[in-house]
Amino acid sequence: MSENRQRIWAPVLILVALVILWETLVTAFNIQQFLLPKPSAILGNLAQIVVLGGSASTGESGAEPSLGNRFFVVLPAGLSPETEENLRNSRWVEFPLAGRSVSVAPGSNLTPILAASWFTLKEALGGMAMGTLAGIAVALATTRWTATREALLPFAIAANSMPIIAFAPIMNNWFGIGNPFSKMAIVSVMIFFPIMINTLRGLISVDSRSLELMRSYAASDSEILFKLRIPNALPSLFSGLKVAGALAMIGAIVGEYFGGPRIALGVFITQEAALFRFASAWAAILVACLIGITIYLVILLAERLALPWHPAFRA
Amino acid sequence: MTEPVVVLENVDMIFGEGAADQVHALKKINLQIQQNDFISLIGPSGCGKSTLLRVVGDLIQPSSGDAAINGKSARQARLDQDYGIVFQAATLYDWRTVAKNVQLPLELMAFSRSERDRRTQAMLELVELTDFAAHYPWQLSGGMQQRVAIARALSFEPSILLMDEPFGALDEMTRERLNLELLNIWRKTGTTVLFVTHSITEAVFLSTRVIVMSARPGRITADIAIDLPQPRNSETRSNVRFFELETEVRDALRISEGGREAGSAPA
Repeated sequence: MSENRQRIWAPVLILVALVILWETLVTAFNIQQFLLPKPSAILGNLAQIVVLGGSASTGESGAEPSLGNRFFVVLPAGLSPETEENLRNSRWVEFPLAGRSVSVAPGSNLTPILAASWFTLKEALGGMAMGTLAGIAVALATTRWTATREALLPFAIAANSMPIIAFAPIMNNWFGIGNPFSKMAIVSVMIFFPIMINTLRGLISVDSRSLELMRSYAASDSEILFKLRIPNALPSLFSGLKVAGALAMIGAIVGEYFGGPRIALGVFITQEAALFRFASAWAAILVACLIGITIYLVILLAERLALPWHPAFRA
Repeated sequence: MTEPVVVLENVDMIFGEGAADQVHALKKINLQIQQNDFISLIGPSGCGKSTLLRVVGDLIQPSSGDAAINGKSARQARLDQDYGIVFQAATLYDWRTVAKNVQLPLELMAFSRSERDRRTQAMLELVELTDFAAHYPWQLSGGMQQRVAIARALSFEPSILLMDEPFGALDEMTRERLNLELLNIWRKTGTTVLFVTHSITEAVFLSTRVIVMSARPGRITADIAIDLPQPRNSETRSNVRFFELETEVRDALRISEGGREAGSAPA
């Protein structure tokens, strides 16, 4: 138990220490904002959505916000009346939420960043779904037909060493710069190979004794596929998915650097940087990182649920 | 006398035939195994014991000669699911629980769910692993894994049990206990066993007949009937006849090995 706690707290402490060090160094050496903004400036860029509550609000935390804004920060009760008044007068958008008045500052970057992240996340997930399905399908086909495998594998390996992101401008031309499908295509091609190769390896690297056992039971090819090869391939499929999860956000964002709609994360980052709003660009990058980590954690969780038998999860 | 379960006639096995590095693994093997026999194959490493077992089980086809099992071709016997196989490695499927591993052949052979459950239950009782039905293979010791493999091989009542050094990787204590358990199972089920081993003691203790093979190309050099009383138990090991038979097998092995490594054979 205490060991588990340590496993969680040690990295958290290191993270906090690094952020404090970063903040201190930027202040101490007076580093220019465009080189490296302070962590506080980056976080401040994200934390401008404010809930101004009636002072004595309790027991409403369970209420589900039914509004478009999913993230909000509760200001502590007991702000001075002047502060509250000032905030209210600064042209904030106001709407009721769970009996409170919710205000969003027009200068806040959280709303555009979240909108852009959502758009880019959809591209990443769409591309990931297509690339994964295609990778699994090709792996299954090449397992079934050995000749296909021997003919295709050299191409797959050669294609895997190409910088696929270099095709992004061409995909933008093919599918239209504003069409999310242009980024999905890039993502799906990028992740196709790790998924295909990993799945194929799992499907064919079956223990020869296990195969002999199946033979001795007079099992058919499809029984061998479903009862032996596919379960055997699941762990390596998940390894492929973890690689793919990281590649998916990279592919989508870098694809957007070559052009995309204004509400895309990659476009947002390039524009903010071009306008010298570095804290805002950094804030968007931070959100992109958090999304990448979340994708990884979701895959990890799915792996645990799907492979309870796997020795890696020995209790 | 009833028809033999296994009849091998002039079986030859040459790997990579015609190539410069061809291996003549088996030469003119003639062997008959009767119903309810417990036959051990023993011989120096690489003499083709496992190859012979695989020929019987139709996991490989002999270069020439005939293998008939239950009056059928080995292939037909395999398709009729006459074989239960146990390897040196337990070869359990990691993603299946103990019970599900035992059920694997029953699923493939389309037994009804209730029949599968009934047999799995009975098999796990036989190998004394009832409490571990819901465990995964990695949670079991090597000896327990091997018992699951035996339960799996017996679950569909195959007419012949092929065992390729099933206890070779286990420690001596576990091996002796599993030997007793295997004899117990053999008596209860009345199955025919073909057993490959490196251990003279194990071969003599378990078998009704010990087949001694020579170094490559593998030939049968001795066929020793083991006339120890049944049922065998821990006292069998201290029987004078047990030592005589051990010596007989050891001498037969030395002669067969001498053919290859004259003068260099270890003491």
